[in-house]
Amino acid sequence: MRRLTWRPAELVHSSAETATARTLRFRVPGWPGHLAGQHVDVRLTAEDGYTAQRSYSVAGPADGDLIELTVETVPDGEVSPYLTEDMRVGDQVEIRGPVGGWFVWRPADQSPVLLVGGGSGIVPLMAMIRARRQAGSRAPFRLLYSLRDPARRYYAGELRRPDPGLDVTYLYTRSAPEGAARPARRIGLDDLAEGGWPASFEPECYVCGPTGFVEAAADLLLALGHAPERIRTERFGPTGG
Amino acid sequence: MSIISRGFRGKRRDAGDRLPPGQYLVEDFPVLSAGPTPRVPLDRWEFAIDTEAEQTHRWSWEEFMALPAETPTVDIHCVTKWSKLDTTWEGVSLDVLFEDVETAAEYALVYSYGGYTTNLPLEDLLDGKAWIVHRFDGEELEPRHGGPARLIVPHLYFWKSAKWVRGIRLLNDDWPGFWETAGYHNYGDPWREQRYEGD
Repeated sequence: MRRLTWRPAELVHSSAETATARTLRFRVPGWPGHLAGQHVDVRLTAEDGYTAQRSYSVAGPADGDLIELTVETVPDGEVSPYLTEDMRVGDQVEIRGPVGGWFVWRPADQSPVLLVGGGSGIVPLMAMIRARRQAGSRAPFRLLYSLRDPARRYYAGELRRPDPGLDVTYLYTRSAPEGAARPARRIGLDDLAEGGWPASFEPECYVCGPTGFVEAAADLLLALGHAPERIRTERFGPTGG
Repeated sequence: MSIISRGFRGKRRDAGDRLPPGQYLVEDFPVLSAGPTPRVPLDRWEFAIDTEAEQTHRWSWEEFMALPAETPTVDIHCVTKWSKLDTTWEGVSLDVLFEDVETAAEYALVYSYGGYTTNLPLEDLLDGKAWIVHRFDGEELEPRHGGPARLIVPHLYFWKSAKWVRGIRLLNDDWPGFWETAGYHNYGDPWREQRYEGD
């Protein structure tokens, strides 16, 4: 049996993803590695011993003992504002993991993959995209990324660069860029029919985002004939984090 | 030596002694599930207890609704760190459902519409510790929270409280369920912070 132990983790780099989200790179000596889609627990300890912990998805494959998290600042949250606003390079937290053996993609999987992300739910999906690229996998990927407006895009530059076998579609819910063919609205059947895979291709579907989004997208995938056992869901997003 | 996060103070909401280690309070009711929400029509719904001697006890929705109900108010603790205090439910105690069940089994595997499973010792379901509920906070239980009916076992992490519950299989040997085979703790006591395998 493998025990998940708390490991000291030092912030080595932090960069803005959007006005409210940052990608944080930690050095975690002895990190055992992880699969794309898994998450970690982060624990903060105050001077007087008070602690708080939350879970965050890892944003990409490990680079030795370096791992990256992308954290959305939850207004009035307890842990996320510390990570995104107060923390400086050299500061420490504790991390344990990886956690979760269900919402994962393995480079050996050859099936087509449909990734459906809402808001910060893009993070574990991005880990899958990066793992695919790193492994040189030829599994065809499609990403449907639903978000309020273009300013909220995570990983905008990276997703713009060509990545053969990966198709990216943005679905804006509040305001679309000037001249966009698709008006701003919530994800619908036609979005998944056009930007996804036909159910007959038997793709593995990964849906991650806030509750309402995950429920809606999973129901639409069922309506399009995708088998429930090939639809993996993960709720993601602020609940006081 | 403990690691201090420089400048961290935290929110420190006082929950008295009702918050297990590593948990934080929420007011909303987050939803966690591994796949799509199954929809179960009431005329096809049934709940079953299957014993190790292959005896099956079944209840249709009408039969289930005719059983004496209780309205437990309990604190719930999710392994993803949130806890919610004083949640109110309405449903049937497992003690009622087990009244006529003859068994020497020690383990239970709970199974759900949609294929979810979770395991626990049978004794954790008995003596006023668990219910099959169909109402939450005075309202019919929504499908995304496990309706038409879910198990609640509030003294264990909430993944043991299977949504869309369909039945309980009694076993002589422990049989790990869905999350229990995906890296989570086999028992899941929040007060001992048994989140993951090996905790």
